[in-house]
Amino acid sequence: MLSRTADNLFWMSRYVERAESIARILHAASRMAAVPIAEDTDSNEWQSALAAAACDQAFAATGQEATAENVFEYLAFSEDNPSSVRNCLRMARTNARAVRTALTTDTWEAINSAWLELHRYRTDDVSPSGLNRFIAWVKETSLRVDGAAYRTMLRHDAYWFSRLGVYLERADNTARILDVKYHVLLPPSVHVGGGLDFFQWSTILRSVSALTAYHWVYRDKLQPWLIADLLILREEMPRSLASCYANLTMFLDELARDYGRQGESQRHARRICAQLRNARTDDIFQGGLHEFLTEFITENNRLGALIADQYLI
Amino acid sequence: MGSKSFDEMNGLDGEGCRAPYQRLAEWLAEAPEELIEQRRAEAELLFRRIGITFAVYGEARAEERIIPFDVVPRIITSDEWNRLAYGLEQRVKAINAFLADIYSRQEILKAGILPPELIFANPAFRPEMMGHKVRGNVYVPIAGIDIVRVDPDTFYVLEDNARTPSGVSYMLEDREVMLMLFPELYARYNVRPVENYPDELLATLQSIAPESAPKEPTIALLTPGPYNSAYYEHSFLADKLGVDLVEGRDLVVQNNFVYMRTTEGLQRVDVIYRRVDDDFLDPLTFRPDSALGVAGLMSVYEAGNVSLANAVGTGIADDKAIYSYMPEILKFYLGEEPVLKNVPTWRCREPDALAYVLDHLPELVVKEVHGSGGYGMLVGPASDKKTIEAFAAKLKAEPENFIAQPTLALSTCPTWVEEGLAPRHVDLRPFVLSGTDQVRIVPGGLTRVALREGSLVVNSSQGGGTKDTWVVNV
Repeated sequence: MLSRTADNLFWMSRYVERAESIARILHAASRMAAVPIAEDTDSNEWQSALAAAACDQAFAATGQEATAENVFEYLAFSEDNPSSVRNCLRMARTNARAVRTALTTDTWEAINSAWLELHRYRTDDVSPSGLNRFIAWVKETSLRVDGAAYRTMLRHDAYWFSRLGVYLERADNTARILDVKYHVLLPPSVHVGGGLDFFQWSTILRSVSALTAYHWVYRDKLQPWLIADLLILREEMPRSLASCYANLTMFLDELARDYGRQGESQRHARRICAQLRNARTDDIFQGGLHEFLTEFITENNRLGALIADQYLI
Repeated sequence: MGSKSFDEMNGLDGEGCRAPYQRLAEWLAEAPEELIEQRRAEAELLFRRIGITFAVYGEARAEERIIPFDVVPRIITSDEWNRLAYGLEQRVKAINAFLADIYSRQEILKAGILPPELIFANPAFRPEMMGHKVRGNVYVPIAGIDIVRVDPDTFYVLEDNARTPSGVSYMLEDREVMLMLFPELYARYNVRPVENYPDELLATLQSIAPESAPKEPTIALLTPGPYNSAYYEHSFLADKLGVDLVEGRDLVVQNNFVYMRTTEGLQRVDVIYRRVDDDFLDPLTFRPDSALGVAGLMSVYEAGNVSLANAVGTGIADDKAIYSYMPEILKFYLGEEPVLKNVPTWRCREPDALAYVLDHLPELVVKEVHGSGGYGMLVGPASDKKTIEAFAAKLKAEPENFIAQPTLALSTCPTWVEEGLAPRHVDLRPFVLSGTDQVRIVPGGLTRVALREGSLVVNSSQGGGTKDTWVVNV
């Protein structure tokens, strides 16, 4: 297939996934903001949301205060924020439109209707219920696109490239959310394992629909290292880094088999996948969770560059 | 003038419903207005959702508009169509013969039928094409011939589109939408299908592949990209043909072949259905500032290692100045009388004609020879004195730039507008496919309708709409 087509498919999926991830971050922030914090801390859920979305510096540059309204507007609708849900959906649609021939009608219509419907949410309604409706809609949109692709696309390179976009983006997002929780969410004065800490972790899990999964897997109360274990190493957890890499490796191998040739991207993905399979939570914490996640994000970006070199340029 | 025109449903001067429209009239009488209105709204939603859009240049929020779709089909009988189809095939054969001649021996100039300056001073003439051999002399594999009807028996050719005619996606989508929304009406007629158009187009493109190409030639559709007004059509056709939709940057020339960049490396391309104008095709030969084309494409073309549809330089055949000579051109190459007439045309370059035109401006339509899309024209009966005088000055200054035609009483068709059913003027663009093996025409075409009352301008860029065209066995 055309390299440009593959590139558009890859980015189309990345942008849809990113829109969903931003919506989940907003969801987590609004839940946390809804619970009054007893202790006097500097903690600001909206500031954390910006950090998790990797938008904190850009937002600071606008000179605005990190209020619920401002952050919601910035992360959901701002035309100046390249990662806003609006811009993600716009980019997804631009990419999809450029490769309509490689998409099924269902997939295209899911993305195109999302773009048309978005304008309905572009109102002044930044109330908690307005926000919740919007978040629910973004998640639904991403489900629709995903479902349409899953149900209608031929299992060949077009599908694989779009899946690679999903998992590469998801791995990046999970790593960032974990990292932010570790760094920002927990006010220094709050005792680790206290009530607030518990609430924040449970919100994080809830935001990735993993709270029930946690209990199912560990049958234990919420513990930071178990949460890290779940989101990093557990392959049965679909948003975990290990699961993303199991998928990335699988789809890259499908491509290699189909094309009769493999290259650096396959080797790199397999390397990371093996590291995740062999890793232990204890070791990760000993070396520093933040250091581990930073390294992971760099290596994940590197895989993106290798895929581009090998197929997309 | 409006009252005198021929209505395809109700005949001349309200003589009553014509036979082919009988069942449609019955259906319209039975169907409640709300139903039609509701289906009309559904159709619009459908077009919007599928994304059947086009762009109007020069409008700020123009990125995407939909062309209004009229739910009342236009009906042509098989007998009428067969005569049309015969005339179309004849016309396109003459166009191909003319292009083959004009880019080689130029017999028609030697015979004194065309004034040479009409060719040599024409920007659509491409000297680069002199002596170039086009496979099977099929210069125009895809032609869109604009037809108007003035009475039960007379069809005129209004314009020959021999460069990159568009609109065929609307022909196909209009049919889909009618089938989806009005199955009960559709079932009352025996409508001849148009759905095989993509297959016929593919066969046509395969037939013109270079002789050195493999048995299954690789075909690609070259588009200027998503910002082009016809991008929807480009992607639609590529999809239906099952070929890659490429942009200039996807193609590269190496060792005198064209390749496309794929995820598996470079792949040779044998036939390019290009929807990019000559000027932008190859920055090394034509406009050096073009980023839409492929550097070196022309030399591959000249070497016969790639076929282009349509060929380069076909614009000379659909030029309005050449148009007026088309009856003579047809006779010269085929030795036949044209089945489809030209609209009577005065060439302002000829002094007698110019004098007549200047005397009769209020009755005439005057067009710029190289204009298109309804721009740069004067519609005499619809213009005030001041406009006419200003136009007369332009005409006197550069008479060779203009042709003039009588304002035709274009036929009307009942059309669903705000106040209900009303007659509106229509034209028809059938698509003629010429391969090295045969000519293929699917029965139908794109009917364009002027939605404003009395308006004769059907161009989509000027607010026209479209209708499904039914060729029926009655």
